[in-house]
Amino acid sequence: MGFFLFPFDSLICILLGISFTVWFTLLLVFIIVPAIFGVSLGIRKLYMKTLLKIFKWATLRIERGAKEKNHLLYKPYTNGIIAKEPMSLEEEIKEIRGSGSSKDLSSPEFEMSDIFYFCRKGVESIMDDEVTKRFSPEELESWNLLTRSNYNFQHISLRLTVLWGLGLLIRYCFLLPLRVTLAFTGVGLLVVGTTMVGILPNGRFKNFLSEKVHLMCYRICVRALTAIITYHDSENKPKNGGICVANHTSPIDVIILASDGCYAMVGQVHGGLMGIIQRSMVKACPHIWFERSEVKDRNLVAKRLSDHVEDKTKLPILIFPEGTCINNTSVMMFKKGSFEIGTTMYPVAIKYDPRFGDAFWNSSKFGMVSYLLRMMSSWAIVCSVWYLPPVTREEGEDAVQFANRVKSAIARQGGLVDLLWDGGLKREKVKGTFKEEQQKLYSKMLVGNPEDRSRS
Amino acid sequence: MGSRASTLLRDEEIEEIKKETGFSHSQITRLYSRFTSLDKGENGTLCREDFQRIPELAINPLGDRIINTFFPEGEDQVNFRGFMRTLAHFRPIDDHEKNKDPNVSEPLNSRNNKLLFAFRLYDLDKDDKISRDELLQVLRMMVGVNISDDQLGSIADRTIQEADQDGDSSISFTEFIKVLEKVDVEQKMSIRFLH
Repeated sequence: MGFFLFPFDSLICILLGISFTVWFTLLLVFIIVPAIFGVSLGIRKLYMKTLLKIFKWATLRIERGAKEKNHLLYKPYTNGIIAKEPMSLEEEIKEIRGSGSSKDLSSPEFEMSDIFYFCRKGVESIMDDEVTKRFSPEELESWNLLTRSNYNFQHISLRLTVLWGLGLLIRYCFLLPLRVTLAFTGVGLLVVGTTMVGILPNGRFKNFLSEKVHLMCYRICVRALTAIITYHDSENKPKNGGICVANHTSPIDVIILASDGCYAMVGQVHGGLMGIIQRSMVKACPHIWFERSEVKDRNLVAKRLSDHVEDKTKLPILIFPEGTCINNTSVMMFKKGSFEIGTTMYPVAIKYDPRFGDAFWNSSKFGMVSYLLRMMSSWAIVCSVWYLPPVTREEGEDAVQFANRVKSAIARQGGLVDLLWDGGLKREKVKGTFKEEQQKLYSKMLVGNPEDRSRS
Repeated sequence: MGSRASTLLRDEEIEEIKKETGFSHSQITRLYSRFTSLDKGENGTLCREDFQRIPELAINPLGDRIINTFFPEGEDQVNFRGFMRTLAHFRPIDDHEKNKDPNVSEPLNSRNNKLLFAFRLYDLDKDDKISRDELLQVLRMMVGVNISDDQLGSIADRTIQEADQDGDSSISFTEFIKVLEKVDVEQKMSIRFLH
């Protein structure tokens, strides 16, 4: 038996050797070299167009199949499923009272029908609320051949199932290993490159080299995710001494922004691989890493940030004021800390196209590694980045108002819903002060303005 | 993993719920998707914490009372049928349902049942009467700390005085209906679907 296998063994070895060489040459020529020079060969855009055509066909096929079998399809609607009145508490309760009572409406009093307002508002929020749906992936209207985002997947047609199977094969057996190789290359080059640059004495040459190394490695990482990014309004790119603020959807946001410009990162010191990357990055140019204990001390954080922005030779800081990942359909409350520092803010809006792969990191469901694997096994990450014009705090505006102004600008540009709710509601309960506000508003309707009464 | 709406809810179940509540097929699948996204424990039922996780409901002064209406006496879990049955009270009244044959059982979203839903929010001990104490407690929930006990007490007294007809110092369901007979209950206690 062994004698038969022997000649085949060496044949297999030769074949494997050849295929590896071809693989690496292709990788080098088509992906890594363009990344080093910041050039794009247009392969990813072509890929994207082809995929879109296939998705359209797949969705039509599902709809046709469902009609034939007389199934009713589930169609998701991101704009909400119920009609909500945009009236205030006062207006609504007056309306309810007005329809039933013939009494004078301007005098404050209680009516038993007032309870209808709270009742309906409560049940409306049970049917559909603005907050909880921001912490789970956006629902798509067309299918993108990933079962993880499909609600109607039943065996509709052989062709569709074959296509899905083919897609699975391509994604896991071709794209995933390719991307993982690129990712390791990118990260490895980052660590090695920044350590080498760190040996040089501080000066313009070091900054120049550090910039080149950072950009090159982030570009390789961008290709490791097959991220197709469109940058708009690059004349507004952040400059030294400023703070760049953006909406947060996933850790990939950092890679996307950093492959187009150089930033000083802010974050907690980690151990393990992240720690190695952090330590080597800081050798080449100053980033701001906080110890776990320092994070709680808001004064210390503010001081370090303001020291950094005052030094005009240091890079602009990149901050995500939402504090947590949101699912890219809305922008939630910006924490005011970075808006108190008093320097120029450069808002950036990042909008992902969910048709190719959902970039949202649901950190309560998936860890970092499984998240990255999901990212690398989806079709592509397609997103748009808008650099908005720089803003500064105006006279008489406090940090919260400033933060809200910047947030609205980002939401408007990215086509996202502007919410006042705190992203921290993903994990924590809402503060009692909001309920008290509601109660105060309602009390005014019962007894009139409390400013008329003396309060101790 | 994302909600798998119509794949987990069988057609027969959807038909039964349709008959019981009057919601359409697409409305039921959409509410089922909502039910599963609220169900963090993924066991097919909702508990009180699942409701309290909705921020807009948590800041509603009567949030807890509303959550209570979903749970039958003494139980801590509500399944999808029970969920739909309670939500059915807020379905808008269709024109063809208005003049129904009195022999057929009343639909869940009739004017009477909507008023009963609101009445039960006031009636804390479920004795079919709203006593002065109960009214005071519910008022206290709605106004928080912004009104003194005395003022609240006089508001409650006035309300009972106006509504009470049989002189038992409490409001029965019939008296409740009488007080609200001119209010547009159909519109104010209904939630319209967009699709």
